[in-house]
Amino acid sequence: MNTTQDIDPKIYSILKDVSDPEIPVLSIVDMGVVRSAKLLENNRVKVEITPTYSGCPAMDVIGDDVKKAFQDKGYQAEVKLILSPAWTTDWMTDEAKQALKEYGIAPPMDATSDKEALLGNKKIIECPQCGSTNTKLVSQFASTACKAMFKCEDCKEPFDYFKCLI
Amino acid sequence: MTNENLIQYLYGIADNSLILGQRLGELCGHGPTLETDIALTNISLDLFGQVRSYFQYLAELSKDDLTEDDLAFLRKEREYKNLLLVEQPNTDFAYIIVRQYFFDVFHYMLLEKLQDSKNVNLQGIAKKSIKEVAYHQRFSGDWLLRLGDGTEESKQKVQQAVSDLWVFTDELFHVTKDDEAVIKAGHGVDVRLLKDDYYAKITNQLKQATLEVPETKYFQKGGKQGIHSEHMGYILADMQFMQRAYPDMKW
Repeated sequence: MNTTQDIDPKIYSILKDVSDPEIPVLSIVDMGVVRSAKLLENNRVKVEITPTYSGCPAMDVIGDDVKKAFQDKGYQAEVKLILSPAWTTDWMTDEAKQALKEYGIAPPMDATSDKEALLGNKKIIECPQCGSTNTKLVSQFASTACKAMFKCEDCKEPFDYFKCLI
Repeated sequence: MTNENLIQYLYGIADNSLILGQRLGELCGHGPTLETDIALTNISLDLFGQVRSYFQYLAELSKDDLTEDDLAFLRKEREYKNLLLVEQPNTDFAYIIVRQYFFDVFHYMLLEKLQDSKNVNLQGIAKKSIKEVAYHQRFSGDWLLRLGDGTEESKQKVQQAVSDLWVFTDELFHVTKDDEAVIKAGHGVDVRLLKDDYYAKITNQLKQATLEVPETKYFQKGGKQGIHSEHMGYILADMQFMQRAYPDMKW
Protein backbone atom coordinates (compact mmCIF):
# COMPACT_ATOMS: atom_id res chain seq x y z
CA MET A 1 0.00 0.00 0.00
CA ASN A 2 1.23 3.54 -0.63
CA THR A 3 0.35 6.74 1.15
CA THR A 4 -2.18 7.94 -1.43
CA GLN A 5 -4.48 5.00 -0.78
CA ASP A 6 -7.10 4.94 1.93
CA ILE A 7 -7.78 1.30 2.69
CA ASP A 8 -9.28 0.00 5.93
CA PRO A 9 -6.62 -2.38 7.38
CA LYS A 10 -9.32 -4.89 8.33
CA ILE A 11 -10.13 -5.59 4.69
CA TYR A 12 -6.71 -4.92 3.22
CA SER A 13 -5.76 -8.58 2.87
CA ILE A 14 -8.90 -9.39 0.86
CA LEU A 15 -8.08 -6.71 -1.71
CA LYS A 16 -4.42 -7.62 -1.75
CA ASP A 17 -5.39 -11.07 -3.06
CA VAL A 18 -7.27 -9.67 -6.07
CA SER A 19 -4.92 -9.65 -9.05
CA ASP A 20 -4.83 -7.63 -12.26
CA PRO A 21 -6.44 -9.80 -14.97
CA GLU A 22 -3.92 -8.65 -17.59
CA ILE A 23 -0.89 -9.12 -15.33
CA PRO A 24 -1.82 -11.88 -12.87
CA VAL A 25 1.31 -11.49 -10.73
CA LEU A 26 0.23 -8.01 -9.65
CA SER A 27 -2.24 -7.20 -6.92
CA ILE A 28 -4.65 -4.39 -7.76
CA VAL A 29 -3.59 -2.77 -4.49
CA ASP A 30 0.08 -2.69 -5.50
CA MET A 31 -0.91 -1.41 -8.95
CA GLY A 32 -2.52 1.57 -7.22
CA VAL A 33 -5.84 0.80 -8.90
CA VAL A 34 -7.67 0.61 -5.55
CA ARG A 35 -7.99 4.16 -4.24
CA SER A 36 -10.04 3.59 -1.14
CA ALA A 37 -11.91 0.86 0.68
CA LYS A 38 -14.22 1.47 3.59
CA LEU A 39 -15.95 -0.96 5.90
CA LEU A 40 -19.55 0.10 6.53
CA GLU A 41 -22.17 -1.38 8.82
CA ASN A 42 -23.86 -4.74 8.13
CA ASN A 43 -20.72 -6.14 6.46
CA ARG A 44 -21.04 -3.77 3.55
CA VAL A 45 -17.90 -2.47 1.88
CA LYS A 46 -17.40 0.48 -0.44
CA VAL A 47 -14.43 0.28 -2.80
CA GLU A 48 -13.23 2.97 -5.20
CA ILE A 49 -11.09 1.94 -8.16
CA THR A 50 -9.48 4.01 -10.93
CA PRO A 51 -8.45 2.88 -14.42
CA THR A 52 -4.82 2.88 -15.54
CA TYR A 53 -5.93 3.98 -19.03
CA SER A 54 -9.43 5.33 -19.85
CA GLY A 55 -10.20 2.47 -22.18
CA CYS A 56 -8.73 -0.25 -20.00
CA PRO A 57 -10.96 -3.25 -20.75
CA ALA A 58 -9.91 -4.92 -17.48
CA MET A 59 -11.90 -2.52 -15.30
CA ASP A 60 -15.18 -4.44 -15.50
CA VAL A 61 -13.40 -7.68 -14.66
CA ILE A 62 -11.58 -6.04 -11.74
CA GLY A 63 -14.88 -4.70 -10.40
CA ASP A 64 -16.44 -8.17 -10.59
CA ASP A 65 -13.38 -9.81 -9.03
CA VAL A 66 -13.48 -7.38 -6.10
CA LYS A 67 -17.17 -8.10 -5.50
CA LYS A 68 -16.55 -11.83 -5.64
CA ALA A 69 -13.55 -11.70 -3.29
CA PHE A 70 -15.64 -9.88 -0.68
CA GLN A 71 -18.64 -12.14 -1.22
CA ASP A 72 -16.46 -15.18 -0.49
CA LYS A 73 -15.57 -13.64 2.89
CA GLY A 74 -19.14 -12.75 3.76
CA TYR A 75 -19.09 -9.08 2.76
CA GLN A 76 -21.17 -7.22 0.24
CA ALA A 77 -19.08 -4.82 -1.83
CA GLU A 78 -20.13 -1.81 -3.83
CA VAL A 79 -17.52 -0.80 -6.42
CA LYS A 80 -17.28 2.71 -7.79
CA LEU A 81 -15.10 3.81 -10.71
CA ILE A 82 -13.46 7.20 -10.20
CA LEU A 83 -11.32 9.24 -12.61
CA SER A 84 -9.64 11.78 -10.44
CA PRO A 85 -7.01 12.08 -9.34
CA ALA A 86 -5.78 10.38 -12.49
CA TRP A 87 -3.75 7.20 -12.11
CA THR A 88 0.01 7.47 -12.41
CA THR A 89 2.77 4.88 -12.58
CA ASP A 90 4.15 6.55 -9.44
CA TRP A 91 1.45 4.77 -7.49
CA MET A 92 2.88 1.36 -8.30
CA THR A 93 4.75 0.02 -5.31
CA ASP A 94 8.37 -1.15 -5.56
CA GLU A 95 7.06 -4.61 -4.86
CA ALA A 96 4.82 -4.32 -7.92
CA LYS A 97 7.70 -3.10 -10.09
CA GLN A 98 9.83 -6.02 -9.00
CA ALA A 99 6.98 -8.45 -9.69
CA LEU A 100 6.57 -6.96 -13.17
CA LYS A 101 10.23 -7.45 -13.93
CA GLU A 102 10.17 -11.06 -12.77
CA TYR A 103 7.09 -11.61 -14.92
CA GLY A 104 9.03 -10.42 -18.01
CA ILE A 105 7.73 -6.86 -18.30
CA ALA A 106 10.20 -4.00 -17.90
CA PRO A 107 8.82 -1.71 -15.14
CA PRO A 108 8.12 2.01 -15.79
CA MET A 109 10.96 4.52 -15.40
CA ASP A 110 10.66 8.16 -14.39
CA ALA A 111 9.21 10.62 -16.92
CA THR A 112 12.49 11.99 -18.29
CA SER A 113 14.07 8.60 -18.86
CA ASP A 114 10.81 7.32 -20.31
CA LYS A 115 10.80 10.04 -22.94
CA GLU A 116 14.42 9.47 -23.85
CA ALA A 117 13.77 5.76 -24.20
CA LEU A 118 10.56 6.02 -26.20
CA LEU A 119 12.09 8.55 -28.57
CA GLY A 120 15.04 6.22 -29.02
CA ASN A 121 17.52 8.85 -27.81
CA LYS A 122 19.03 6.67 -25.11
CA LYS A 123 19.28 3.02 -24.35
CA ILE A 124 18.16 2.74 -20.78
CA ILE A 125 15.33 0.23 -20.69
CA GLU A 126 16.69 -2.99 -19.23
CA CYS A 127 15.79 -6.30 -20.82
CA PRO A 128 13.85 -8.21 -18.14
CA GLN A 129 15.32 -11.47 -19.46
CA CYS A 130 19.07 -10.78 -19.54
CA GLY A 131 19.46 -7.35 -17.96
CA SER A 132 21.15 -5.77 -20.99
CA THR A 133 20.36 -2.15 -21.82
CA ASN A 134 21.21 -2.74 -25.47
CA THR A 135 17.51 -2.64 -26.31
CA LYS A 136 15.50 -1.10 -29.12
CA LEU A 137 12.00 0.35 -29.28
CA VAL A 138 9.82 -1.58 -31.74
CA SER A 139 6.50 0.19 -31.15
CA GLN A 140 5.11 2.69 -28.66
CA PHE A 141 1.98 0.58 -28.32
CA ALA A 142 1.94 -3.12 -27.50
CA SER A 143 -0.38 -5.90 -26.31
CA THR A 144 -2.24 -3.47 -24.05
CA ALA A 145 -2.50 0.33 -24.06
CA CYS A 146 -0.24 0.61 -21.02
CA LYS A 147 2.76 -1.07 -22.64
CA ALA A 148 5.35 -0.40 -25.37
CA MET A 149 7.13 -3.07 -27.38
CA PHE A 150 10.91 -3.46 -27.13
CA LYS A 151 13.50 -5.88 -28.43
CA CYS A 152 16.74 -6.87 -26.75
CA GLU A 153 19.68 -6.67 -29.16
CA ASP A 154 21.77 -9.01 -27.00
CA CYS A 155 19.52 -11.94 -26.13
CA LYS A 156 17.27 -11.17 -29.15
CA GLU A 157 14.10 -11.59 -27.10
CA PRO A 158 11.16 -9.21 -27.57
CA PHE A 159 9.62 -7.81 -24.38
CA ASP A 160 6.99 -5.38 -23.09
CA TYR A 161 7.83 -2.16 -21.29
CA PHE A 162 5.24 -0.67 -18.95
CA LYS A 163 4.97 2.94 -20.15
CA CYS A 164 5.37 5.74 -17.70
CA LEU A 165 2.20 7.74 -17.01
CA ILE A 166 2.67 10.83 -14.88
CA MET B 1 -25.12 28.64 -19.15
CA THR B 2 -28.05 26.23 -19.42
CA ASN B 3 -27.93 22.48 -19.03
CA GLU B 4 -28.58 22.15 -22.77
CA ASN B 5 -25.58 24.39 -23.58
CA LEU B 6 -23.34 22.10 -21.58
CA ILE B 7 -24.81 18.96 -23.16
CA GLN B 8 -24.18 20.29 -26.67
CA TYR B 9 -20.67 21.40 -25.71
CA LEU B 10 -19.91 17.91 -24.41
CA TYR B 11 -21.15 16.30 -27.63
CA GLY B 12 -18.83 18.62 -29.52
CA ILE B 13 -15.87 17.14 -27.67
CA ALA B 14 -16.94 13.53 -27.08
CA ASP B 15 -18.18 12.81 -30.60
CA ASN B 16 -14.71 13.53 -32.02
CA SER B 17 -13.26 10.72 -29.93
CA LEU B 18 -16.19 8.44 -30.73
CA ILE B 19 -16.06 8.82 -34.50
CA LEU B 20 -12.27 8.82 -34.76
CA GLY B 21 -12.21 5.79 -32.45
CA GLN B 22 -14.65 4.05 -34.78
CA ARG B 23 -12.55 4.95 -37.85
CA LEU B 24 -9.42 3.55 -36.22
CA GLY B 25 -11.34 0.50 -35.07
CA GLU B 26 -12.02 -0.32 -38.73
CA LEU B 27 -8.30 -0.95 -39.03
CA CYS B 28 -8.27 -3.77 -36.51
CA GLY B 29 -6.57 -6.62 -38.36
CA HIS B 30 -6.02 -4.40 -41.43
CA GLY B 31 -3.11 -2.18 -40.36
CA PRO B 32 -0.13 -2.06 -42.72
CA THR B 33 2.12 -3.86 -40.22
CA LEU B 34 1.40 -5.69 -36.99
CA GLU B 35 2.94 -2.91 -34.87
CA THR B 36 1.01 -0.08 -36.52
CA ASP B 37 -2.18 -2.15 -36.45
CA ILE B 38 -1.80 -2.62 -32.69
CA ALA B 39 -0.84 1.01 -32.14
CA LEU B 40 -3.82 2.41 -34.07
CA THR B 41 -6.31 0.14 -32.34
CA ASN B 42 -4.75 0.99 -28.96
CA ILE B 43 -5.31 4.65 -29.75
CA SER B 44 -8.88 3.76 -30.70
CA LEU B 45 -9.32 2.05 -27.33
CA ASP B 46 -8.04 5.11 -25.47
CA LEU B 47 -10.50 7.30 -27.38
CA PHE B 48 -13.42 4.98 -26.62
CA GLY B 49 -12.46 4.98 -22.96
CA GLN B 50 -12.53 8.78 -22.96
CA VAL B 51 -15.88 8.77 -24.74
CA ARG B 52 -17.36 6.55 -22.03
CA SER B 53 -16.32 9.05 -19.37
CA TYR B 54 -17.96 11.93 -21.27
CA PHE B 55 -21.10 9.93 -22.06
CA GLN B 56 -21.53 8.72 -18.48
CA TYR B 57 -21.44 12.35 -17.42
CA LEU B 58 -23.80 13.32 -20.27
CA ALA B 59 -26.22 10.57 -19.24
CA GLU B 60 -26.27 12.08 -15.73
CA LEU B 61 -27.01 15.52 -17.19
CA SER B 62 -29.80 14.41 -19.50
CA LYS B 63 -33.31 14.47 -18.10
CA ASP B 64 -34.63 11.60 -20.19
CA ASP B 65 -33.06 8.71 -18.34
CA LEU B 66 -30.63 7.99 -21.18
CA THR B 67 -27.70 5.60 -20.93
CA GLU B 68 -24.22 5.90 -22.43
CA ASP B 69 -25.26 3.31 -25.04
CA ASP B 70 -28.24 5.39 -26.17
CA LEU B 71 -25.95 8.36 -26.62
CA ALA B 72 -23.34 6.43 -28.58
CA PHE B 73 -25.60 4.36 -30.78
CA LEU B 74 -29.10 5.73 -31.05
CA ARG B 75 -28.70 9.31 -32.20
CA LYS B 76 -29.38 10.43 -35.75
CA GLU B 77 -26.70 11.81 -38.04
CA ARG B 78 -27.56 15.47 -37.42
CA GLU B 79 -27.27 14.93 -33.67
CA TYR B 80 -23.58 13.97 -33.85
CA LYS B 81 -21.41 17.04 -33.36
CA ASN B 82 -17.98 15.75 -34.38
CA LEU B 83 -15.60 17.63 -36.65
CA LEU B 84 -15.50 16.78 -40.36
CA LEU B 85 -11.81 15.91 -40.03
CA VAL B 86 -12.35 12.84 -37.85
CA GLU B 87 -14.97 11.25 -40.11
CA GLN B 88 -12.72 11.28 -43.20
CA PRO B 89 -12.08 7.77 -44.51
CA ASN B 90 -9.02 5.55 -44.10
CA THR B 91 -7.93 6.22 -47.70
CA ASP B 92 -4.39 4.96 -47.07
CA PHE B 93 -1.84 4.92 -44.25
CA ALA B 94 -0.71 8.48 -45.09
CA TYR B 95 -4.27 9.78 -44.65
CA ILE B 96 -4.65 7.88 -41.40
CA ILE B 97 -1.47 9.41 -39.99
CA VAL B 98 -2.15 12.97 -41.17
CA ARG B 99 -5.76 12.89 -39.92
CA GLN B 100 -4.47 11.58 -36.60
CA TYR B 101 -1.71 14.16 -36.33
CA PHE B 102 -3.97 17.10 -37.22
CA PHE B 103 -6.41 15.93 -34.55
CA ASP B 104 -3.89 14.88 -31.87
CA VAL B 105 -2.17 18.28 -31.76
CA PHE B 106 -5.54 19.99 -31.35
CA HIS B 107 -6.78 17.40 -28.86
CA TYR B 108 -3.72 17.84 -26.66
CA MET B 109 -4.04 21.64 -26.63
CA LEU B 110 -7.75 21.41 -25.83
CA LEU B 111 -7.24 19.00 -22.93
CA GLU B 112 -4.37 21.08 -21.59
CA LYS B 113 -6.78 23.99 -21.13
CA LEU B 114 -9.74 21.82 -20.10
CA GLN B 115 -7.77 20.77 -17.02
CA ASP B 116 -8.45 24.28 -15.68
CA SER B 117 -12.21 24.07 -16.28
CA LYS B 118 -14.46 25.10 -13.41
CA ASN B 119 -16.37 21.90 -14.08
CA VAL B 120 -14.83 19.19 -11.90
CA ASN B 121 -16.09 16.37 -14.13
CA LEU B 122 -14.44 17.87 -17.21
CA GLN B 123 -11.32 18.60 -15.21
CA GLY B 124 -11.09 14.95 -14.15
CA ILE B 125 -11.60 13.59 -17.66
CA ALA B 126 -9.06 16.04 -19.12
CA LYS B 127 -6.40 15.20 -16.55
CA LYS B 128 -6.85 11.52 -17.27
CA SER B 129 -7.04 11.75 -21.07
CA ILE B 130 -4.15 14.13 -21.65
CA LYS B 131 -1.65 11.52 -20.49
CA GLU B 132 -2.91 9.16 -23.17
CA VAL B 133 -3.11 11.78 -25.89
CA ALA B 134 0.54 12.70 -25.27
CA TYR B 135 1.40 9.22 -26.59
CA HIS B 136 -0.97 9.53 -29.56
CA GLN B 137 0.65 12.78 -30.60
CA ARG B 138 4.11 11.30 -30.31
CA PHE B 139 3.09 8.34 -32.48
CA SER B 140 1.43 10.34 -35.27
CA GLY B 141 4.08 13.08 -35.19
CA ASP B 142 6.90 10.53 -35.57
CA TRP B 143 5.16 8.81 -38.47
CA LEU B 144 4.56 12.12 -40.21
CA LEU B 145 8.31 12.74 -40.15
CA ARG B 146 9.09 9.23 -41.33
CA LEU B 147 6.66 9.33 -44.24
CA GLY B 148 7.48 12.89 -45.28
CA ASP B 149 11.21 12.42 -45.10
CA GLY B 150 10.98 8.82 -46.32
CA THR B 151 10.81 7.42 -49.85
CA GLU B 152 9.63 9.29 -52.91
CA GLU B 153 6.36 7.38 -52.82
CA SER B 154 5.67 7.91 -49.11
CA LYS B 155 6.40 11.59 -49.51
CA GLN B 156 4.07 11.97 -52.45
CA LYS B 157 1.26 10.14 -50.60
CA VAL B 158 1.63 12.02 -47.36
CA GLN B 159 1.79 15.35 -49.22
CA GLN B 160 -1.48 14.45 -50.95
CA ALA B 161 -3.07 13.64 -47.58
CA VAL B 162 -1.85 16.93 -46.07
CA SER B 163 -3.25 18.93 -48.98
CA ASP B 164 -6.61 17.10 -48.92
CA LEU B 165 -7.14 17.15 -45.16
CA TRP B 166 -5.91 20.72 -44.65
CA VAL B 167 -9.37 22.09 -45.58
CA PHE B 168 -10.82 20.51 -42.44
CA THR B 169 -8.39 22.12 -39.98
CA ASP B 170 -10.06 25.51 -39.63
CA GLU B 171 -13.21 23.92 -38.22
CA LEU B 172 -11.27 22.80 -35.14
CA PHE B 173 -11.45 26.42 -33.96
CA HIS B 174 -15.09 27.01 -34.69
CA VAL B 175 -17.20 28.05 -31.70
CA THR B 176 -20.97 27.46 -31.62
CA LYS B 177 -23.50 29.46 -29.61
CA ASP B 178 -23.65 26.65 -27.05
CA ASP B 179 -19.85 26.64 -26.81
CA GLU B 180 -19.89 30.39 -26.28
CA ALA B 181 -22.16 30.09 -23.25
CA VAL B 182 -20.10 27.28 -21.75
CA ILE B 183 -16.84 29.19 -22.32
CA LYS B 184 -18.34 32.27 -20.68
CA ALA B 185 -19.27 30.23 -17.61
CA GLY B 186 -15.66 29.08 -17.29
CA HIS B 187 -16.49 25.45 -17.97
CA GLY B 188 -15.34 25.28 -21.59
CA VAL B 189 -12.21 26.14 -23.55
CA ASP B 190 -12.15 28.98 -26.04
CA VAL B 191 -10.54 27.09 -28.91
CA ARG B 192 -10.16 30.28 -30.96
CA LEU B 193 -7.28 31.20 -28.71
CA LEU B 194 -5.45 27.98 -29.61
CA LYS B 195 -5.44 28.61 -33.36
CA ASP B 196 -2.14 30.47 -33.78
CA ASP B 197 -0.20 28.02 -31.64
CA TYR B 198 -1.79 25.11 -33.46
CA TYR B 199 -0.81 26.30 -36.93
CA ALA B 200 2.67 27.25 -35.74
CA LYS B 201 3.15 23.78 -34.34
CA ILE B 202 1.90 21.78 -37.33
CA THR B 203 3.66 24.07 -39.82
CA ASN B 204 6.91 23.44 -38.02
CA GLN B 205 6.39 19.68 -38.04
CA LEU B 206 5.44 19.66 -41.74
CA LYS B 207 8.59 21.60 -42.58
CA GLN B 208 10.68 19.18 -40.58
CA ALA B 209 9.06 16.38 -42.53
CA THR B 210 10.18 18.23 -45.72
CA LEU B 211 6.55 18.70 -46.71
CA GLU B 212 4.87 21.72 -48.24
CA VAL B 213 2.43 23.66 -46.11
CA PRO B 214 -0.80 24.22 -48.08
CA GLU B 215 -1.66 27.84 -48.76
CA THR B 216 -5.33 27.34 -49.47
CA LYS B 217 -7.67 29.73 -47.73
CA TYR B 218 -10.74 27.66 -48.50
CA PHE B 219 -11.96 25.62 -45.55
CA GLN B 220 -14.88 23.25 -45.01
CA LYS B 221 -17.00 23.22 -41.91
CA GLY B 222 -20.34 21.90 -40.72
CA GLY B 223 -19.70 18.90 -38.50
CA LYS B 224 -20.11 20.91 -35.31
CA GLN B 225 -23.59 21.91 -36.51
CA GLY B 226 -24.41 18.32 -37.35
CA ILE B 227 -24.00 18.82 -41.09
CA HIS B 228 -21.65 16.05 -42.09
CA SER B 229 -19.79 14.81 -45.14
CA GLU B 230 -21.07 11.91 -47.25
CA HIS B 231 -18.92 9.48 -45.22
CA MET B 232 -20.78 9.93 -41.97
CA GLY B 233 -23.87 7.88 -42.83
CA TYR B 234 -21.73 4.85 -43.60
CA ILE B 235 -19.86 5.09 -40.29
CA LEU B 236 -23.12 5.28 -38.38
CA ALA B 237 -24.66 2.39 -40.33
CA ASP B 238 -21.69 0.27 -39.37
CA MET B 239 -21.56 1.48 -35.79
CA GLN B 240 -25.27 1.39 -35.00
CA PHE B 241 -26.12 -1.87 -36.74
CA MET B 242 -25.75 -4.13 -33.69
CA GLN B 243 -27.65 -1.85 -31.34
CA ARG B 244 -30.53 -1.43 -33.78
CA ALA B 245 -30.67 -5.13 -34.68
CA TYR B 246 -30.43 -6.26 -31.05
CA PRO B 247 -31.85 -3.39 -28.98
CA ASP B 248 -30.49 -2.76 -25.47
CA MET B 249 -27.15 -4.50 -25.98
CA LYS B 250 -24.43 -3.19 -23.66
CA TRP B 251 -21.00 -2.27 -25.01
